[in-house]
Amino acid sequence: MQLSRDALLRAYRQMKVIREFEERLHTEIQTGEIAGFTHLYCGQEAVAVGVCEHLSNDDKIVSTHRGHGHCLAKGCDVNGMMAEIWGSREGLCKGKGGSMHIADIDQGMLGANGIVGAGAPIAVGAALAAKLNGEGKVSIAFSGDGACNQGTTFEAMNLAVVTQAPCIFVFENNHYSEHTGVDYAVGTARDIASRAEAFGMKVWRGDGTDFFSVHDTMREVLEYVRAGNGPAAVEFDTERFFGHFEGDPQRYRGPGELDRIRETRDCLKIFRASVTGAKLLDHADLDALDAEVLKAIDDAVDKARAADRPTPEDVLADVYIAY
Amino acid sequence: MAQMMYRDAVVTTIAEEMERDPNVVVLGEDVVGGMGTAGGPEAIGGIWSTSTGLYGKFGKDRVIDTPISESAIMGAAAGLALAGKRPIAELMFADFIGVSLDQIWNQLAKFRYMFGGKTKCPAVIRMAYGAGYNAAAQHSQSVHQILTGMPGLKVVMPSTPADVKGLLRTAIRDDDPVIFLEHKALYGMSGDVPEGDYSIPFGHARLTRAGQDVTIVSSGLLLGFCEAVADKLAAEGIGCDVIDPRTTSPLDEEAILDSVEVTGRLVVVDEAPPRCGLAADICALVADKAFSSLKAPPQAVTPPHTPIPFARELETAYLPSTDKIEAAVRKVLGWR
Ligand SMILES: Cc1ncc(C[n+]2csc(CCOP(=O)(O)OP(=O)(O)O)c2C)c(N)n1
Ligand SMILES: [Mg+2]
Repeated sequence: MQLSRDALLRAYRQMKVIREFEERLHTEIQTGEIAGFTHLYCGQEAVAVGVCEHLSNDDKIVSTHRGHGHCLAKGCDVNGMMAEIWGSREGLCKGKGGSMHIADIDQGMLGANGIVGAGAPIAVGAALAAKLNGEGKVSIAFSGDGACNQGTTFEAMNLAVVTQAPCIFVFENNHYSEHTGVDYAVGTARDIASRAEAFGMKVWRGDGTDFFSVHDTMREVLEYVRAGNGPAAVEFDTERFFGHFEGDPQRYRGPGELDRIRETRDCLKIFRASVTGAKLLDHADLDALDAEVLKAIDDAVDKARAADRPTPEDVLADVYIAY
Repeated sequence: MAQMMYRDAVVTTIAEEMERDPNVVVLGEDVVGGMGTAGGPEAIGGIWSTSTGLYGKFGKDRVIDTPISESAIMGAAAGLALAGKRPIAELMFADFIGVSLDQIWNQLAKFRYMFGGKTKCPAVIRMAYGAGYNAAAQHSQSVHQILTGMPGLKVVMPSTPADVKGLLRTAIRDDDPVIFLEHKALYGMSGDVPEGDYSIPFGHARLTRAGQDVTIVSSGLLLGFCEAVADKLAAEGIGCDVIDPRTTSPLDEEAILDSVEVTGRLVVVDEAPPRCGLAADICALVADKAFSSLKAPPQAVTPPHTPIPFARELETAYLPSTDKIEAAVRKVLGWR
């Protein structure tokens, strides 16, 4: 199905926002200003955006430790996110959560998560709530290739099948869990979808470096799940452009691997080539968006730097009782 | 004596024990690192560098790199132990006991007793704990409070490189399951480590500062804070005993009680939340067994009863500080 010009521009802008958000964090983190562990989503933008462009605020997603892309794609405010990562009290979680715990319930974003494999069962719960509400809404669990080895993920898949929960398990196979390769850690190597299939789900596979592959695949998946057929799973093959976390020396990569994936597997380049090649958009359209996004990210960083810092009293807020 | 970092004391001791006893095996996520990648095995070790070089020395059957499956890792450690091996299983972050607690609590901890003493269960579960890295609510917790409360487990908390060596050796040779808690803020700490077959028995506290006026009990990152306070007060002529229990189960009650009998004043400084924790436990011990020596109510200095916040200012406010510790010491000194 051909997307409108507006839809194409929007999709590109969303991916570009994630890209520049992450590239900027990569630079800023080197200065030591940002605290904690940060896992960048660079390289996987087409997955988050290709999935979330189909969703409304009433559809839910549950994310991972590598959550910035999912958050932005689901509509979390760029400034609120940047402020959160800066540990400001103006951040989306008042500086209490940080990079690994960004959430925005109003946007249907039920949280990034520091515990690998914790998300899938939560997504099933949200899907069961959607089923009770009977409005055709869905819930999506984003998981990595590493998270697919966690028992919680298996339990969640089976629970979704037996309860016919409108839950979609999106597996982002970026070939690494921390410093370990998927060929070692996943017994079914580059085929995670077959595991989901074994649990009794219909499964799809797509190219996570191609927005259109993701978007088209998800259209089918969502039609199937929204029609009340129970859960489904999708595996997208994708790439992570930075280290596992910021500071990872990535000695597990092959020679030239990073240059190669940046050159040939960059979802933004692939998108640009595809829409300009088909004369759907001009380079000028995309260049204009690039400039606009860069400015938005600059603004977000300036605002995050200037934002209010939390105070010691804030430690005791938002907990039912503090001794 | 050799100068060594806390993290290197972990690897060295494991290597020495693996050399000595072929039944000792290591398992955990990224304990080899680089498996299934172009860089190959040991391209890069785990994030704490606490297993560097083991794979090269002992091979893949004794250094087992696992997928992200904490429940299976802990369960496999239990099975290895029941089948006669001496597993050392690593949880990258102590917080991940959440995913794997059944295997630790209902399995490992229970076997020897529940099977009528018919089995040993020599497993060591190592884990990195503690705050100070702004790693937020799910990667910063101190879990000794939870695990010390579980009958059947021994719980060890080394605070120096030398104690890592001495206590880890004892842990590996122990026939019961031992939780070995490594404070992540101490991994880079350097110190003298005795060479050779050095071990420290469980249940023997270490006196790190000696004084007549106040007893301070602490371990891990906060032990250093307590020592700084003790040194500051010493300049004013106030003497503090600073006691590092080293193991919370078994606990060296005698060392604490003997000290309080002299000082009459107790401050316990702990990184875990305040309710039902080690600080409360030690205060209760002293109230019960050294009541007549007490000159002031025992004080606990802990974080508040909240999850651990992310922002630098918040984590700093959350953790006990030297100021808070000093205030507690002055409070017991100024009582009445
Ligand atoms: C329960 C648990 N185990 C281990 C970790 C440490 N850890 C964080 S991310 C990660 C790798 C996850 O790999 P994958 O699911 O493929 O996601 P990716 O990092 O590739 O996005 C690991 C081992 C964790 N956070 N939680
Ligand atoms: Mg991965």
